[in-house]
Amino acid sequence: MKNLTTLNCGYVPLVDSAPLVLAREMNFAAEEGINLQLLRQPSWSALRDLLALGHLDAAHILSPLPIAMSLGLGGLPAQVDALMVLSVNGNAIGVSTELADKMRAAGWSGRFTAPEETGRALIEAAGSPLRVGVPFPFSMHVELLHYWLGALGVDTDRCLDVRIVPPPLMAETLADGEIDAFCVGEPWGSMAVEAQAGELILPGASIWSFAPEKVLGVRHEWAEANPELTAALMRAVYRASHWLGQEGNLPLASEVLARSEHLDLPATVIDRALAGQIITRPRALGVHVPQFLCLHRGATNFPWRSQAAWIANGIARRHGLDPAAAIRRAKACFRADLYRANLSPIGADMPGASEKLEGAMQSPEAVSSTRGEMILGPDAFFDGQIFDPSAVS
Amino acid sequence: MSYDLKIAVVEADAGRSAEILQGLADGGWTDVVVLSETRALARRLSEIDPDLVLIDLANPSRDLLENLSAASGASTRPVAMFVDRSDDGMTGAAIKAGLSAYVVDGLKKDRIKPVLETAIARFRMISQMRSELDAAKLALAERKTIDRAKGLLMQAKGIGEDEAYSLLRRTAMDQNRKLTDVAQALITATELLQ
Repeated sequence: MKNLTTLNCGYVPLVDSAPLVLAREMNFAAEEGINLQLLRQPSWSALRDLLALGHLDAAHILSPLPIAMSLGLGGLPAQVDALMVLSVNGNAIGVSTELADKMRAAGWSGRFTAPEETGRALIEAAGSPLRVGVPFPFSMHVELLHYWLGALGVDTDRCLDVRIVPPPLMAETLADGEIDAFCVGEPWGSMAVEAQAGELILPGASIWSFAPEKVLGVRHEWAEANPELTAALMRAVYRASHWLGQEGNLPLASEVLARSEHLDLPATVIDRALAGQIITRPRALGVHVPQFLCLHRGATNFPWRSQAAWIANGIARRHGLDPAAAIRRAKACFRADLYRANLSPIGADMPGASEKLEGAMQSPEAVSSTRGEMILGPDAFFDGQIFDPSAVS
Repeated sequence: MSYDLKIAVVEADAGRSAEILQGLADGGWTDVVVLSETRALARRLSEIDPDLVLIDLANPSRDLLENLSAASGASTRPVAMFVDRSDDGMTGAAIKAGLSAYVVDGLKKDRIKPVLETAIARFRMISQMRSELDAAKLALAERKTIDRAKGLLMQAKGIGEDEAYSLLRRTAMDQNRKLTDVAQALITATELLQ
């Protein structure tokens, strides 16, 4: 066996760490000459610091975090690039059983994928400010909450109280009455249901049907200094993502993720997100949500510069930064150029452009691509808005 | 030098927090509050309003402090020490020791540095002790597993201890698995078959 190059990769134990975990466990990394050391991290801030200071070479990271870091927000400023998108969607919003009952009593249908009806019922029942637990200040969770409630007329600056709660503590924080609702990545929403602490009321995918959730992050200088290793890592992770895109592989994927060195949680709970079959309340039947979590379909892995722009626009507006300038910096973080250069040679289909109008596709559409096999979307926002990055001033 | 800093230590383990308290007291810092409960941590911290927060890098509640620093009006709240990278050596040392520190923005560096040096030394000592203990515990548990598996093999195949051990080791190498994993699998299988 040839000598493998050791690469330290940080991750937070969530279902969407699957591409990295499987890249190691299914030997996709080893086939590329990489000994992928997976280092489980207790918090996003620890992961960020270790990545920024070079103790980690690469990491599974919240899509808004590299952008926030490049804008100098929160903690260590460092230039971290997103080499590819690891997952799209995958979050769920939940409330306490008590609040769900109150919403039902006021006429809420309890339908899982009704963002408008459910949003209004939640706003009505919860009172103001609405206290929502999320895992980290710079996260798609926060962006989606602001977008959803803002579009429903909530003054999110005044009436949305975002609290940071580590995902494993979400259920008990809800039960303690410290928060009214949460938005969290799987399997922690399902774990809250298992603990009978709450009920899931909306998948993140119902707010934005194609929201980039986690990315593969590396320091900009590291990618510059290690072009071969960067390419090999991207190939390994792409192959793992492709493998995860085959439905028949998912049962094995959840078994691997369930192991004690990774998520250390029951495979039956991990299955739900992978299969898009969500149990929203104790003893209920599963609800099928087609795009609940995407790991490969619809060009999931392509780091669209327009996705970076959408994230930057939201962060900039809330933090009083110039949106146009923030968008320029954010676009540079999403390395569509490296994605094309490193993954075209192994036959990955590439879209004609690296930006698109975000939210323009209500249903799947065939688009022009290098191999002519690309089907994108839907990527619509629940309120029908379309985001054009070039129109932001 | 003035030592009138209010320091909060977030640490659930009583033994460890006592160590840290002792270290800080030896250095002259006595205005120290220990928060052992991570529940309602944000609220407790805003009540205490410390100048400096020390927390284990491995503590999952660390992200909670991020929000304090990300909130607007950061001048009155703890912000990440790592905002200022002028002292990479110290940041690196803190991370190696497993310490993260959050300090109020605007506090002079020379007031913070000695606290951090003390805290880093203490954290380093504790984390070394902890990893030695963990390693010892793990080694003991692994040895027990391997011994049991060896015993099962000796009984089932009527072979000697050395032969049982080399059979386990050869299997582990062939399958590219850890010796303890192979031993554990054997134990589990045997239990199932009983």
